[in-house]
Amino acid sequence: METLLLSRIQFAANISFHILFPTITIALGWVLLFFKLRFNATGDAKWMDAYRFWVKIFALSFGMGVVSGITMSFQFGTNWPGFMEAVGNVAGPLLAYEVMTAFFLEAVFLGIMLFGFSRVPNWLHTTATVLVAFGTTMSTFWIIVLNSWMHTPAGFEIRDGVVFATDWFDVIFNPSMPYRLTHMLLASGLTVAFLIAGISAFRRLIGDSSDGVKAGMKTGLWMAALLIPIQIFAGDMHGLNTLEHQPAKVAAMEGNWETGPNKPLYLFAIPNEEERRNDYAIKIPNMASIILTHKADGVVPGLNDFVAEDGTVMHPPVSKVFWSFRIMVGTGLAMLLVSWGTLAWIARRDPETGDRFRLKRLPKFWLWGLVAMTFSGWLATLAGWYTTEIGRQPWLVQGVLTTEAAVADVAAPMVLTTLIAYLVVYALLLTAYIAVIFYLARKAAKGENINNPIPQSGEATTGLGRGASGAAVPAE
Amino acid sequence: MMTLFGDPNIWLPWSFGALLGVSILIYVVLDGFDLGVGVLFPFANGAEKDTMVASIGPFWDANETWLVLAVGILLVAFPVAHGIILTSLYLPVAVLLIGLIMRGVAFEFRAKAPAPWKNTWNGVFYAGSLLSSLAQGFMLGMYIMGLTWTWGNVGFALLTAVFLTVGYSFIGATWLILKTEGALQKKAVDWAKGGIWGLILGIGAISVASPLVSPRIFEKWFSFPSMLYLAPLPILSGLLVAYLWWKLSTLPREDDSYAWSPFVAAMALFILAFLGLAYSFYPYVVPEQMTIYEAAAAPEALIIILVGACFVVPTILAYTALAYWVFRGKATALSYE
Ligand code: HDD
Ligand code: HEM
Ligand code: HEM
Repeated sequence: METLLLSRIQFAANISFHILFPTITIALGWVLLFFKLRFNATGDAKWMDAYRFWVKIFALSFGMGVVSGITMSFQFGTNWPGFMEAVGNVAGPLLAYEVMTAFFLEAVFLGIMLFGFSRVPNWLHTTATVLVAFGTTMSTFWIIVLNSWMHTPAGFEIRDGVVFATDWFDVIFNPSMPYRLTHMLLASGLTVAFLIAGISAFRRLIGDSSDGVKAGMKTGLWMAALLIPIQIFAGDMHGLNTLEHQPAKVAAMEGNWETGPNKPLYLFAIPNEEERRNDYAIKIPNMASIILTHKADGVVPGLNDFVAEDGTVMHPPVSKVFWSFRIMVGTGLAMLLVSWGTLAWIARRDPETGDRFRLKRLPKFWLWGLVAMTFSGWLATLAGWYTTEIGRQPWLVQGVLTTEAAVADVAAPMVLTTLIAYLVVYALLLTAYIAVIFYLARKAAKGENINNPIPQSGEATTGLGRGASGAAVPAE
Repeated sequence: MMTLFGDPNIWLPWSFGALLGVSILIYVVLDGFDLGVGVLFPFANGAEKDTMVASIGPFWDANETWLVLAVGILLVAFPVAHGIILTSLYLPVAVLLIGLIMRGVAFEFRAKAPAPWKNTWNGVFYAGSLLSSLAQGFMLGMYIMGLTWTWGNVGFALLTAVFLTVGYSFIGATWLILKTEGALQKKAVDWAKGGIWGLILGIGAISVASPLVSPRIFEKWFSFPSMLYLAPLPILSGLLVAYLWWKLSTLPREDDSYAWSPFVAAMALFILAFLGLAYSFYPYVVPEQMTIYEAAAAPEALIIILVGACFVVPTILAYTALAYWVFRGKATALSYE
């Protein structure tokens, strides 16, 4: 395999691994703040229980995010030197601001947030929590600005093949930035919502009915139910924006070959790039036109418009984009069903007593359903990023720089070696990460004191035990 | 405004060169001590390992961020040089990154994974720290030799890899003298005594090798009158080594006084060594190939970053100081509460 392909696979592998953890930490930081503030306000120990459990998952995810992020920041130089040479004058300041305004903030206050509880006044601890959450959000902002600019570049001029910024406001508020940022922040919220709901359901299933678990489950379910309709709406707006700026990507998402009106929505199809048509299609007539233009006879752009006279294909690989898009939307719809379904179910009244069903009467299979959705956010997020990023190909910066022009000239076997090494490390770490999350859940459910008396880094030894609701005894 | 200090094509690259130098220096000192603590892991018993991790737990992430800043500055201010350096150090960079990944995650896993796994994660922590230190030393050696892969250069780089690793474990040991007490502190004094030679040999090897590799560097050091101005560097370093030698033989004391002194002296040594290197290589960012003035990004882009940095970097330093102050004193078991 040649260097370009290997470098692409390596970049995709590294960033896919990295994004799993930011997706969790961005929103979980704010959720922890919520738990903490609820506790400050009510003094109810269940909120502290929830905080104590989830802060561990947060610390773990943060560690994974940091180390994989450091890998990312070296990748530009090791594998894509052409990227910085061509667009460094725009990308550079954005990355620099991310490091200066976000990474240090997170990293320094994380120490105080995690280990400073008994060393600093409560207000400073709360402030540290706010700053960590704020830092992750700032970091999202800057990196999404850069990424959006790569999709919809604005505010620049090209001199001798090098990009120069002419208007920083336009660079930052480039056309797709508001949509992408919103969509990503919501994606993070949803990922965390289902993570919390799923792990709480798991703890219920193994017999933990403490108030902390219920508080977590409720928070997760309500978060999911509130965010998913907004996400679907935001996704639709995002798509309309993309239609305007990157029509080839939308054509690939819809699997539409010829520009024209009355285009169907394909529920299933195997795009065939050789013959330039879809095989085995199942479709809803006119639906793509309706979604994208809000008119049955609206004109939808087709892929054939992006083939040059000499046959050079300037549109993305179709089936990858087509299918990742469907996986994301499908997962989104499943999220809608599950979150609203569960809330509706627990709001039902028992015909005999007139009481609401509440969480405690959720049947087992339903809880298992929530457990199955634990990592659904990861699936949708990755699928979404694949749609976006593969949909931009063959461009690295839309209309400005092709991916091919940016690759480093490192020997292919060398890239292959590092790629294999990364993949092995990532596979092991991901397994360990998921295993430890479930291990911590089991441990908490068994009511084993989270405050391990043996001094251990990252474990508690001081007085403040699990509090009143303490060692959660399985009640059923 | 850009011409306020003269030609922006001169002072902007210079400022970024300085900023790059400062972040590398801060990184080497700060992550140097926490990597060093990891390298010392096999010499400690189980409970001591916990204390050692506790002594660096709240800091390591922020320490590592200086590496991100340094690479970031190289990337944004000297993009072409960044490409050349990182592609020619492709493999050691990958080793460094995998090492950093291993030790970074081990912090969390060793405390959270089921008990039987703890030893495994301790091993991962050690291996990661060792790999990262070796890779950094190797990169330093290759950089000094001009980034060309010949057997001789690789041999030299392997030497610097070992010396820097021992040097890191030395500053790590001085950190432990400061942050621990009792038996572990005694051990740390011994480790520091054992590790100081790494630093001396390392500084020595680099001081001998760099002028030999480059006539330009030779000229810079061994011509009159610069020899006179530069004399304080080696003399001060020599004095510091002698001081450390003497001080370490008196530690630890009953009342724990002077526990801070080896760490401070070690920092001073690192700073001196770094100044020497910076003097040798200025104005080159890629040794003997490309100066910071040739490699700099457009002034328009640099000024945007510099304005921000003037406000942000002091703030970062302030809250970093806050964190070190909050966790001052002897390391106690880390707790989320
Ligand atoms: C949508 C969010 C997002 C995206 C797309 C990325 N990151 Fe990231 N990154 C974060 C959100 C984030 C974060 C939430 O801020 C992290 C995760 C956990 C953490 O420690 O901070 C982080 C950590 C993190 C770190 C460690 C920071 C530290 O030391 O604290 C680095 C160096 C990077 N990232 C670099 C990158 C690069 C070069 C990316 C793209 C090419 C990238 N990240 C994509
Ligand atoms: C965080 C979620 C992201 C994911 C999952 C992701 C995924 C991907 C994938 C799969 C590719 C390969 C496309 C292909 O070659 O067919 C790619 C390419 C690329 N992306 Fe992203 N991306 C993400 C975010 C970003 C961000 C934030 C940036 C930069 C600021 C970025 C910069 C790049 C670059 C430079 C390439 C070129 C390499 C290539 O084409 O393989 N990506 N990304
Ligand atoms: C169900 C309705 C949804 C619609 C209509 C939708 C729409 C879209 C569209 C059109 C894109 C491509 C943007 C581009 O042109 O680059 C996209 C990307 C993305 N989607 Fe979705 N989406 C939906 C659900 C979700 C869900 C549930 C998640 C995650 C929980 C998610 C996460 C993402 C992410 C992370 C990206 C890549 C980043 C970005 O471009 O914003 N999406 N989505």
